[in-house]
Amino acid sequence: MILIFEAVVMKITAGFLGDKMEKQLHSIIEIEQVSYRYEKEDVLENINLTIHEGAFLGIVGPNGSGKSTLLKLVLGLLKTQNGEIRLFGQEISRFKDWHKIGFVSQKANSFNTGFPATVYEVVSSGLTKKLGLFKFMKREHHMKVTQAIDSVGLLAFKDRNIGELSGGQQQRVFIARALVSDPKLMILDEPTVGVDAQNVQSFYEMLDELNKKLGITLLLVTHDIGTISDKVTHVACLNKHLHFHGKTEEFEQLKMDEMSEFYGHDVHILTHEHDHHHHHHGGSEQ
Amino acid sequence: MIAGILQYEFLQNAFLTGIIIGIIAPLIGVFIVVRRLSLIADALSHVTLAGIAASLLLEKKFIGLSGLNPLYMGMVFSVTGSLFIEKLRAVYKHYQELAIPIILSGGIGLGAIFISLADGFNTDLFSYLFGSVSAVSRADLWTILVISIFVIAMILLLYKELFLLSFDEEHAKASGIAAKSIHFIFIVMVALVIAASMRIVGILLVSSLMTLPVAASIRIAKGFKQTIFYSVLFGETSVLGGLMLSYYLDLAPGGMIVIIAVLILILTILIKKLTVKVAV
Ligand SMILES: Nc1ncnc2c1ncn2[C@@H]1O[C@H](COP(=O)(O)OP(=O)(O)OP(=O)(O)O)[C@@H](O)[C@H]1O
Ligand SMILES: [Mg+2]
Repeated sequence: MILIFEAVVMKITAGFLGDKMEKQLHSIIEIEQVSYRYEKEDVLENINLTIHEGAFLGIVGPNGSGKSTLLKLVLGLLKTQNGEIRLFGQEISRFKDWHKIGFVSQKANSFNTGFPATVYEVVSSGLTKKLGLFKFMKREHHMKVTQAIDSVGLLAFKDRNIGELSGGQQQRVFIARALVSDPKLMILDEPTVGVDAQNVQSFYEMLDELNKKLGITLLLVTHDIGTISDKVTHVACLNKHLHFHGKTEEFEQLKMDEMSEFYGHDVHILTHEHDHHHHHHGGSEQ
Repeated sequence: MIAGILQYEFLQNAFLTGIIIGIIAPLIGVFIVVRRLSLIADALSHVTLAGIAASLLLEKKFIGLSGLNPLYMGMVFSVTGSLFIEKLRAVYKHYQELAIPIILSGGIGLGAIFISLADGFNTDLFSYLFGSVSAVSRADLWTILVISIFVIAMILLLYKELFLLSFDEEHAKASGIAAKSIHFIFIVMVALVIAASMRIVGILLVSSLMTLPVAASIRIAKGFKQTIFYSVLFGETSVLGGLMLSYYLDLAPGGMIVIIAVLILILTILIKKLTVKVAV
């Protein structure tokens, strides 16, 4: 089985490297031979992954496969133990331009809903790092905030307390907060948990627009690969190892045959896992 | 009363100090409450008590130290306690709230030992527990003023960072702000404000002045800035009202201040209930 898998990867990598266009684009994230372990258990092993400018990468994998861990490493929330991560060409420990990276966390919709802050205030907080210590918001920054709120369609709600919004609207607020600092890269960890199907669809359409119109590079961890396969440009399958990384079309082909085999279960089970996921959350993410 | 304030220095001291702490206690209290750290104020105030007892003990045992102002020792203990809390929170990552009872009981324990070692104090310990209208000296007032200017300036300058840290700690860290240092400055400020407030409200009631006005404010405010505004308004009303009543009725101000704060809280809950009913 492993042999089949390696053959597939070789085939894909060959096609990948052959694509000259791809090589000339700037790499936004370079992950080289990264492994990670919490106390005892290895969670990531020898991950190599490069994300180019303008890509929309969907990362899939079962619960506990290390997706969030990988994102936390990229965001500097966890320190790399082995291997190297470069952001915008710079070694992560020396990287300073964090405002270029917008982040919407898996836990974004489990924040303290009683927190007394308006949508406007929450979105403004996305400018904290960009403004820098001891600096105050000026008129142009206020305009940026209004613009970001408008771009997620929540202008009418800007003076409401965030707790008074629906789950889907709150998620949009967090997108706006990530957008307000003009990020070049957005990292989203299962942003649609707790959002109903209809809103999920329009949410992904919004991401698609950010990617195509504003040229923002997107890194999205998701379980609904079915819903977004027509939007993402690349797919990565993670389960401790990186089992596959390539263009979406190649992934689609793959999922027909070998993919489901090495993944351990059929691809449409992936969608089922979504429901699974809801149950696990409360307990596992404390 | 106005005449009294013009005439007596101790009344001036009490009222000016009251006005100052009516601002800073609820101001820092907003950040404490939204971060769900309300009990830290309780723990630190008991540590401050230990500091005061230690200072009074030294004063009693060593004649040379008779000029010692308990405020300073209280402050040293309070800040040290805040650092211990941070250490403990790091040790008990998954039971961070454990740090609070540990420090709180440690504070009371030390305080009890110092008090019994001293075998009773000349100075009225009661006034430290429940506040006093007559105990604030000019020196206290100046110290408290300096602390307040520092605290207000820090909150203004670090407002964005403190807000982000309170609202979403993970995001604060992911966006690359110096979350640890800012949290550290915050906790030291809490310790300082507690020490500064105890002369007026008393050790046992300091935490109420930091939390009750905020609890009332959260009921009715839209947004964070408004929450701060109402908290300070309610805090100031409680302090000034409490001081005045306790001056006329000759009571400890701490109790009066807290009772007014409780009344305001009940009022806001009722008002909120009524307006919701009207809207429906
Ligand atoms: N803070 C932690 N300490 C110890 N182990 C952890 C910690 N966080 C995660 N793990 C373990 O690491 C593994 C990977 O977790 P991770 O959160 O990266 O998975 P995931 O792919 O994001 O899963 P999900 O789909 O449920 O979000 C899991 O087995 C988990 O138990
Ligand atoms: Mg995860």
